[in-house]
Amino acid sequence: MAVSTEQMNTLAIGVDVSTQSKVDVVHPVYSKLRHPLIAGNKSNTDVTRDICHLLEPKPGVGWWISLSVSLFLLAIGAVATVYTVTTGIGTWGLNKTVGWAFDITNFVFWIGIGHAGTFISAILFLFNQKWRTSVNRSAEAMTLIAVMCAGLFPIIHMGRPWLFYWVLPYPNTRGTLWVNFRSPLLWDFFAISTYFTISAVFWYLGLVPDLATARDRTKSKLRRALYRVMSLGWNGSNRTWSRYETVYTVLAALATPLVLSVHSIVSFDFATSLIPGWHSTIFPPYFVAGAVFSGFAMVMTLMILVRKLMHLEDYITPQHLENMCKVALLTGSIVGLAYLTEIFTGLYSGNPNEIFVIINRSLGPYAWAYWIMFGCNALVSQLFWIKKLRTWIPAIFVLSILINVGMWFERFVIIVTSLHRDFLPSSWAMYAPSITEVGLLVGSFGLFFTAFLIFLRLFPVISINEVKGVLNYARQH
Amino acid sequence: MRDSIDAKVVRYTAAFFANEDDLVAGAGAARRAGFEIHDAYTPFAVHGLDRAVALPPSRLTWIAFFAGAVGLVFALTLQVWTSAYDWPLNVGGKPFNSFPLFIPVAFELTVLFSGLIAIGVLFARNRMWLFSKRRVFERVTDDRFVLVLKQSDASFDIERAVNLFARYHAINVIEGDQFV
Repeated sequence: MAVSTEQMNTLAIGVDVSTQSKVDVVHPVYSKLRHPLIAGNKSNTDVTRDICHLLEPKPGVGWWISLSVSLFLLAIGAVATVYTVTTGIGTWGLNKTVGWAFDITNFVFWIGIGHAGTFISAILFLFNQKWRTSVNRSAEAMTLIAVMCAGLFPIIHMGRPWLFYWVLPYPNTRGTLWVNFRSPLLWDFFAISTYFTISAVFWYLGLVPDLATARDRTKSKLRRALYRVMSLGWNGSNRTWSRYETVYTVLAALATPLVLSVHSIVSFDFATSLIPGWHSTIFPPYFVAGAVFSGFAMVMTLMILVRKLMHLEDYITPQHLENMCKVALLTGSIVGLAYLTEIFTGLYSGNPNEIFVIINRSLGPYAWAYWIMFGCNALVSQLFWIKKLRTWIPAIFVLSILINVGMWFERFVIIVTSLHRDFLPSSWAMYAPSITEVGLLVGSFGLFFTAFLIFLRLFPVISINEVKGVLNYARQH
Repeated sequence: MRDSIDAKVVRYTAAFFANEDDLVAGAGAARRAGFEIHDAYTPFAVHGLDRAVALPPSRLTWIAFFAGAVGLVFALTLQVWTSAYDWPLNVGGKPFNSFPLFIPVAFELTVLFSGLIAIGVLFARNRMWLFSKRRVFERVTDDRFVLVLKQSDASFDIERAVNLFARYHAINVIEGDQFV
């Protein structure tokens, strides 16, 4: 594929211009106003080598151990899925009062995780935030995998997952009986499948030039064949780049309202019902902010591990993590404000059912879950005001995991505490997940980490071409 | 095309640069000097290069716009027709043509059509496909920046081109007829 310059009619025409060549900047002068985005004074070749090098050697022991653990968790999930499908939804801890609980909690949790990837790849792209180039590739991969994990839960919950395609409006032999376009659950299907598709093509488009780089470098025949097919004959032509950039911007502009719509529509699943605690107009922005918040927490957890284990400290610098902490601070504060607004509107509503839900949530039998949620989200995020904490990586790691826990509990609290004490005290009930449901949650983490580990070994984990484009960010010419 | 004898054989000159600033400056100078620029090959999207080689902006944004419009019309037609005409169902007493409730799906399909068609046209227009056999300059996916001139007529002066590129720190200048 690669054409050696020797194979062509080399024509130096008597002028030896090679001696005059200016090699990559060796001692660049850095601006006083900007910090370089990539540490270590890299040249273009250094970037290619550093990132492609991660793909070439055989995976180490650490990777195999991580993969084995993830596969074990995935196997637990597979057993739980088979048991649920063959026996029935009765294997879960649901009852007549709490008909939605663990499953939907996990669904909303995973969908929310996905939002940070799109936020980084699309919204920060439109805002010209160049630091995104170091993290967008893995954040987008995380999005795709998280959406897959999320999608499993409603499908399993259907009870007959092989009839999943009935949610599509296709001409059928039942009449044609069409789907109900007035139902938020159907909107959810359209929103999530569109979100997955657009995120996947967006991710792949960004990957194509890097796959070409890997193709022209790798020594493994199998990998070269894979990268050759997947890089679609990319040769770095400027006409191609020009159209590519146009479509990349178009996709970013499409993905921006899309990502906001997805969690808004997820919140409609609740907000369009008449259940006190769900029937609330603040749900769409509240859910979107929570989704970006939880997603950034997950990106930070993963990036801290990746930079350490794959030695990417020059690419994912403390500055990147600090920027992400700032986004988490903003979105976490919005979430905290939403909690307070919810309390206020509930208590001020004059509706005894609304008032009861607010009091029952914060002081009732699930108060422990409510205060985990409140503490881990509204309070923990405020710690990012302290510069020492948002630049000290062990602290960021711990706080990001606490936020993940808190955001999982947020969905649990919203769903279960609104249902478990309904309008009729005789039907009040408590909910606890069965071991099968816990198995499904564990399995989704197994799927997430299995897929992410395979991604780390198969594709360039950092966008090589975009990082090369920002190497001169703070350099003075 | 200069005359009938070797009209088919178009020769190209390729100049190799070590960084993007030299490429952009060299491309601008070559264009002003009257050379016909065939294309440039770079490891990443070099900003300012489109202007330097006078490449008009892509029309793909319009394709994305019209594809989105098609998606919107399709989604609204589908929903109104299935819900209000083909088999109207009374859902909670809502009107059959409950238009505001059709907006979410209409939005999603607008985005889906626009995005997928834009990327499909991008691949088709660039002739990017799974078994593409396009040739690649050595190191251009790593750290080389290549500017290719088309020797479009007999007045093409190779020495003038070489001297021009030398001023912009070109590493190497080669000539050929089959590498693009």
